[in-house]
Amino acid sequence: MSAHADTHHGPPIANKSSRMDATVLGMFLFIASEAMLFGAFFTAYFFVRVVNPDAQEWPLPPFHLPVFVAGVNTIVLVTSSFTMHWALQSIKRGNRTGLKAGLVLTLLMGLAFLLTQMLEYARIGFNPSDGAFGTIFFGLTGLHGAHVFIGLCLLSVATIRAFRGHFTPEHHHGVEIPGIYWHFVDVMWIVVYATIYLL
Amino acid sequence: MARNPFRSEAEAYRFLLLTVGYFALIVAAAAIATWLGVVVFVALTAAAAWLWLRSRSDEPVQRTEVSRLSGEDERRILVIANETVGGDELLAILRRKAEGVQTHLLVVCPALNSQLRTWASDEDGARAAAQERLDASLAQLRRDDIEAEGEVGDGDPLQAMEDALRTFGADEIVISTHPEGRSNWLERNVVGVARERFTVPITHVVVDLEANAP
Repeated sequence: MSAHADTHHGPPIANKSSRMDATVLGMFLFIASEAMLFGAFFTAYFFVRVVNPDAQEWPLPPFHLPVFVAGVNTIVLVTSSFTMHWALQSIKRGNRTGLKAGLVLTLLMGLAFLLTQMLEYARIGFNPSDGAFGTIFFGLTGLHGAHVFIGLCLLSVATIRAFRGHFTPEHHHGVEIPGIYWHFVDVMWIVVYATIYLL
Repeated sequence: MARNPFRSEAEAYRFLLLTVGYFALIVAAAAIATWLGVVVFVALTAAAAWLWLRSRSDEPVQRTEVSRLSGEDERRILVIANETVGGDELLAILRRKAEGVQTHLLVVCPALNSQLRTWASDEDGARAAAQERLDASLAQLRRDDIEAEGEVGDGDPLQAMEDALRTFGADEIVISTHPEGRSNWLERNVVGVARERFTVPITHVVVDLEANAP
């Protein structure tokens, strides 16, 4: 055999190929922290329900939730995901008008959702200090509302950039990332709405 | 079936639509009867988990073409081994393969690491341990008059092979493992996947260190 002892064959000494990518790890940690945050609130919510096993209706009187208004708000939010998807598909095809229209519509529907939620808070007839249910209701929906607000900030930046002509069919990361975030805010709302208002 | 929803906006959108459908069915069932809602919830969750696991196992193996870097009268052999590189069975096979032809031998020791440490990119300890095993293995090969070079590879043996093949361009790969039942690599079908993935011949050597022990 030939002697090649102790000769290094070039990269990779510090091999990164199957290491967890830093951005992926960051995203997993972010999602894990979000899951724990919402999980803590849902645990408290289900605890409140479990300690009332004989309740004939939920929520217990005198609490009453505006299911219909929240349902319309849910449709608005899910529709905003559709316009977000349309915006991204538009820029992928080079349609700048579609991108701008999609982002503006998403932004407006997100704002409408948040304003409707504020009005709902003002007219709902109870407040966070009215027992455990009130606290959990405002905590969960408020936490989600905070996420919507962050999403709106991200969308605002993307919209301003879109109107300044920043995105192209090849480079649209600045729309893609807020889009992913926006869809997950919507997913969380579906979970919150189904759990608190419907089930 | 939805793929990873964090990869792209389109996948996240598809995930949202699936979530809407998932909760719509649960709420509709619960409106009929609470127990039916629970049944639908369990059934849909189990179905989603099953589809997700199936889609992961159905992922096709990416075939890697290996470029030949050796001359006409030489042979390049890539040896992937962890603790078993000093085993009698492996040494015998390497001696046989080296007969009558100039052989270049590269031994790669994967830096095996725990999943948690891999996620945190904390692999200094794993690489140091792999380097120790590699040094001991190369010394053992030298004692048996087999000259070889070596390097520490990626913690994933398949990735370690791929990395080494890109710079070494082997004519064949020898994978050395513990016997069935004691080998983590065999449990993960590393040899089978390597045969599907790489276009060079692969020899699997089972080294029973307990049987070889004096």
